[in-house]
Amino acid sequence: MIEVNEDYCKGCNLCILYCPRDALVESEELNKKGVHPPVEVEDRCNGCRLCELICPDFAIVVVEDDRLPKMKRTKKCSGMIK
Amino acid sequence: MFWDDKMTTDLEKVKEVLGPKKQFVHGDTAVCYGALLAGCDFYGGYPITPASEIAEMIASLMPKVGGVNIQMEDEIASMASIIGASWTGAKVMTATSGPGFSLMQENIGFAYMSETPAVVVNVQRSGPSTGQPTLGAEGDMMQARYGSHGDYQSITLSPNTIQETLEFTIKAFNLAEEYRSPVFLMISADLGHMREMITIPDEVDLVYRKTPKVPPEEYVPFGKGKYGKEKVPEFAPFGTGYRTYVTGLTHNEFGFPATDDQQDHDKLIRRQIEKITDDREKLTDIEERMMDDAEIALVSYGIASRSALGALKIARDQGKKVGYFRLKTIWPFPKKKINELSQKVDKIVVPEMNTGHVYHRVKEYADCEVKLVSKIGGEIISPKEILEEV
Amino acid sequence: MADKNEVDVIDGKQLQDKYLREEMMPHIFCNGCGLGNVLDYVLWAVEKEGLDLDKTVFLSGIGCSSRIPGYINADALHTTHGRALAFATGVKMANPDLNVIVFTGDGDCIGIGGNHFIHALRRNLDITVIAVNNYIYGMTGGQVAPTTPEGHIGTTAPYGNIEPPFDMCEMAKAAGATYVARWPVFRPHQPINSIREGIRNKGLSFIEMMSPCTTAYGRRNRFRKIEDLWAFYEDKTILIEEYDKIDRFGTEEEKEELDDKIKIGVFKRSTRKPLEERYRDLLEEFK
Repeated sequence: MIEVNEDYCKGCNLCILYCPRDALVESEELNKKGVHPPVEVEDRCNGCRLCELICPDFAIVVVEDDRLPKMKRTKKCSGMIK
Repeated sequence: MFWDDKMTTDLEKVKEVLGPKKQFVHGDTAVCYGALLAGCDFYGGYPITPASEIAEMIASLMPKVGGVNIQMEDEIASMASIIGASWTGAKVMTATSGPGFSLMQENIGFAYMSETPAVVVNVQRSGPSTGQPTLGAEGDMMQARYGSHGDYQSITLSPNTIQETLEFTIKAFNLAEEYRSPVFLMISADLGHMREMITIPDEVDLVYRKTPKVPPEEYVPFGKGKYGKEKVPEFAPFGTGYRTYVTGLTHNEFGFPATDDQQDHDKLIRRQIEKITDDREKLTDIEERMMDDAEIALVSYGIASRSALGALKIARDQGKKVGYFRLKTIWPFPKKKINELSQKVDKIVVPEMNTGHVYHRVKEYADCEVKLVSKIGGEIISPKEILEEV
Repeated sequence: MADKNEVDVIDGKQLQDKYLREEMMPHIFCNGCGLGNVLDYVLWAVEKEGLDLDKTVFLSGIGCSSRIPGYINADALHTTHGRALAFATGVKMANPDLNVIVFTGDGDCIGIGGNHFIHALRRNLDITVIAVNNYIYGMTGGQVAPTTPEGHIGTTAPYGNIEPPFDMCEMAKAAGATYVARWPVFRPHQPINSIREGIRNKGLSFIEMMSPCTTAYGRRNRFRKIEDLWAFYEDKTILIEEYDKIDRFGTEEEKEELDDKIKIGVFKRSTRKPLEERYRDLLEEFK
């Protein structure tokens, strides 16, 4: 699951651009900085965590949920997080 | 290992390294001896005439007492390195002359802003610029006060004998630790290269900066001092778990940048100045001779005060009521003491090895006539020249 | 340093809780600036290497990059412009037990701090230097830096920069760094691994991070959107291995294209005794 800290988001949209699975889109609502923070698209995230790392503003955290086995596999492939 | 015991000094070992109790040494050596006796752990320097002898002597002695000596790439880096070292808890020193002192001013300002204890020795030569590298002067007195930009209060000591140079170096370390401030020891090249007999003291009173005793979450790095002076906060060296953020930006009491707030800046800078000026009377040390019946006072400091002493003797032999009033501390300026002096005497004569750095300050606070005897060019002012004004 | 296998697995949220000063967040960096990424990657590297934050000091000079240590919950020294490495020399020499990580920028490192930079490299202290290169003086509003490519616009070069730029990695290699690497911020894993390697390396490790400055650089150089500048960096960079391959076996056209490229990757791995260890040896003689 992708958690977005809306207060930190400055709206660069890099997460949306870099996501290999198109799992993020701009939200309808504005945050207090006046930008559209990203929201997760259902059932697309494979837990690769690229959005978390590419976000320059610490606004995204990918947390493990019931798709855990799948995420673990991906993590192993990416070689990033043990 | 050498960095383990920062907050103690093995005086016996230092004395063993320094050798005989009585020695015939020059001022630069006395600075090194004083530093080691004061527990200096770290010296970062850069060669410059006439202060190079300090770097050389330190290079030879420092490893023997387990301290660190490093020759940096320039004076900017020297000052930077000692501030860095000071933040690990070390007692630190650098030595230079006028041109190097100019380069250090940037980081001296940082040391004021970050309240870092450090000792800077300036063996003065004639300036501006390269000037007369091998000849003495005392033309950096105002640079010691106003050299860096912005508002701050400096502590500047000015000895006039080799023994006093040793003692004042120890005092400079103690004041730096006590007030968390850079302290300047200003001697002229004449003093730096002049030899006199010194006695290495048996006992030395040493001051160490106060460290916090509260747990890290309660520690306020730039707030009120709890165990010492209220305006001098406790110092948590790096690596002790207090996680201090140190910046040259205007900061709040937690150390974090507060650059947009007028009040934060005002509060910070006034506290930093007041921590020293509040103790002005205690800090300003005066040596008086034959002042009881004096009508004319010779207000002097540093190397010029030795000529003033000569002038005093000649004048007294001639029956003139002259007194000797020597400033051991130049900054903070002893304004009250000068004012009181001016009530007692008719005239103050200020001999200086510059064009009148301290003279104008004396004039500002004195209610009597003040005359300057100024000499530049590398030759020490003579008693005769001083007597012309008496 | 802890063994790799001992390190606990934590997620991004736990990383933030452990390392960031929450009261300072969100950070002051502009929208689309890569400095936040650099901070993130360094934190991951520090976490994975298992460094003790109580024994780690972060130093920086002046500029955008030098605000980074303010967000890290550790001892930090935010020094004067260009002098971070000179301060770091003092810290490391006075207490070699501390891990020292220095953040600096291109102007800070090779501009005003050039002399301190080459001498820190020569001394080879065991410190890690993260130089964030945005090819411009960002904090002061976009003046040309010693790294600005020829022809590019800065506020002090309104007709295009006519000076040839500096390559910090080449300088680091030549002056004696024992580990040298350059990575752009849009590749997260390689820089994290590089920083880890830098932390492990006994000696001065120099890691240049190419970080887009969208506000002061991008805007003036026809990169209106954040993604344009990030994409430009992607097009401009080439892996050192790739570069060497083309250089040796490529066609003339392929070789011509290389002129425009910026090499990325690990450029140097070597061993040389760090200064603090040399000093320790000297002290042993007097024991």
